[in-house]
Amino acid sequence: MTAALLPPQFAELERWAATWCLATEPERWAQRMRSSMPELQAFYDACFPRAEEAIAWCDRFPLDALPADAERLLQLLHSLLLVSYAVEVWRQPEVIHAGSARIDRILEPRP
Amino acid sequence: MARFQKPAEGTWTEHHPELGTGFVSFEDSISPAFYELEREAIFRRAWLNVGRSEQLPRNGSYFTRQLPGASVIVSRDLGGRIRAFHNVCRHRGNKLVWDGTPRGETRGNARQFVCKYHGWRYGLDGACTYVHQPDQFFDLRREELGLAPVHCDTWAGFVFVNLAREPQQSLRDYLGTMVGALEGYPFDRMTERYSFRAENNSNWKVFSDAFQEYYHVPPLHTHQLGPTPEARNPEYPFEAAHYQLDGPHRMVTTSGTHKHQWPKEHLYPSEALTRSGSTGPWDAPDLGKLPGANPSGITRWGIDNFQVFPNLEILIYERNWYVTYHYWPTSHNTHVFEGDLYFVPARGVRERLAHEYAAITFKEYGLQDCGTLDGTQMGLEQRAFGEFPLNDQEILVRHFHKTVGDWVGAYARERERGGR
Repeated sequence: MTAALLPPQFAELERWAATWCLATEPERWAQRMRSSMPELQAFYDACFPRAEEAIAWCDRFPLDALPADAERLLQLLHSLLLVSYAVEVWRQPEVIHAGSARIDRILEPRP
Repeated sequence: MARFQKPAEGTWTEHHPELGTGFVSFEDSISPAFYELEREAIFRRAWLNVGRSEQLPRNGSYFTRQLPGASVIVSRDLGGRIRAFHNVCRHRGNKLVWDGTPRGETRGNARQFVCKYHGWRYGLDGACTYVHQPDQFFDLRREELGLAPVHCDTWAGFVFVNLAREPQQSLRDYLGTMVGALEGYPFDRMTERYSFRAENNSNWKVFSDAFQEYYHVPPLHTHQLGPTPEARNPEYPFEAAHYQLDGPHRMVTTSGTHKHQWPKEHLYPSEALTRSGSTGPWDAPDLGKLPGANPSGITRWGIDNFQVFPNLEILIYERNWYVTYHYWPTSHNTHVFEGDLYFVPARGVRERLAHEYAAITFKEYGLQDCGTLDGTQMGLEQRAFGEFPLNDQEILVRHFHKTVGDWVGAYARERERGGR
């Protein structure tokens, strides 16, 4: 058994952590694009119902002093929001009408 | 029937008779010859925004910026003054400041710039401070061999440069009263920044055109409107509340019911979760007065979209965040698009996620524009039609192409007369 990445009360989300606790948008975007729709749907279905609770948990800490497990939970929430477009809006990993276009996020606040 | 009061002439376009109402040519967006003129007539004459003063936080901070035909170094010298120079060594013309590859951009903090080629050095004021083996040269006077300065000035924290030997106007005169009225807007409070970059297969104006009209939003960005058939209506008649022109610059104000006032069934679950979306976080920070915003006093205003000629767009959102777009041409049918989102720094995770969801949303819908406008460039280059109709909601597109044509025409006439 490997050490838990997320706070204990979010143990049920632990199985998604290794894949989706990613620090930057380019990493999260790449993960969305190489995932199948059933994989994205399963991640969304598991995490979205716990999202409000997870936000409230992380929001108790100052943004610049998040405990490591809360920071990973925030990374999971960032991934959930990125995946939500595939699930809620496009119903496919790719943006409709995007063709071969790409937009790179080259600067972002952390975490 | 118009949803908003239009000028006495009946339309925004006819309020400006110099624009006409006829079909418009986009030859200016597909002609390599026109692009060569445009680089000289516009990009070597207009004031160009190269960044924000927050990107130069300390004395010695610098960044490089590739403009059409010239790389510049923008730096804050040891006295705190922001300066710009051609990014070229005075000795043999090597590109002076770069990191990794001379084709990329770099930034950092320095007390001097050192040429990688022969080791010549320059202070942050551009003066040459060191020549390797000076006794090998002939009549070399080091004090006369500084970097070539570029005109540089700052307005409301936006750093501008002008590549002309002598700019025809000061920056403030150039920006005029409409854009200038934003001088007191609290840009300096919104320092949390997300930056995006895209290399697009379209003329820079083709991309700019899409972002100065909202007529395309219901058909192209149908999904942006909401998850339900009622919200997602591609035939929704979009009308902007106000249009304004001032010299080469132009703006549009949108109005409508903000997402935070929509019934929940017309929202995506993640919009309701984050209280955020395409028009930004719903819970606006209190910034007090907003000088220059919503200049026509529209009730329920949404976005002020200022198009600062030639290639800067500033979008002021009613929810107290702002966005800039830049379109940097790299050839007649390619350009680099930059989008930057600025927020009052998040105080906690909930605010951070509201910003993150707005930034995610920006990219999702921006990709639809990037993809589609690739097709616009292809279609225009086919030359199946010579001219195209523009409606009253596309008045800013009409004004933009007329302005570009006027600048290029003036330049071409001057060149014919022999003066430059």
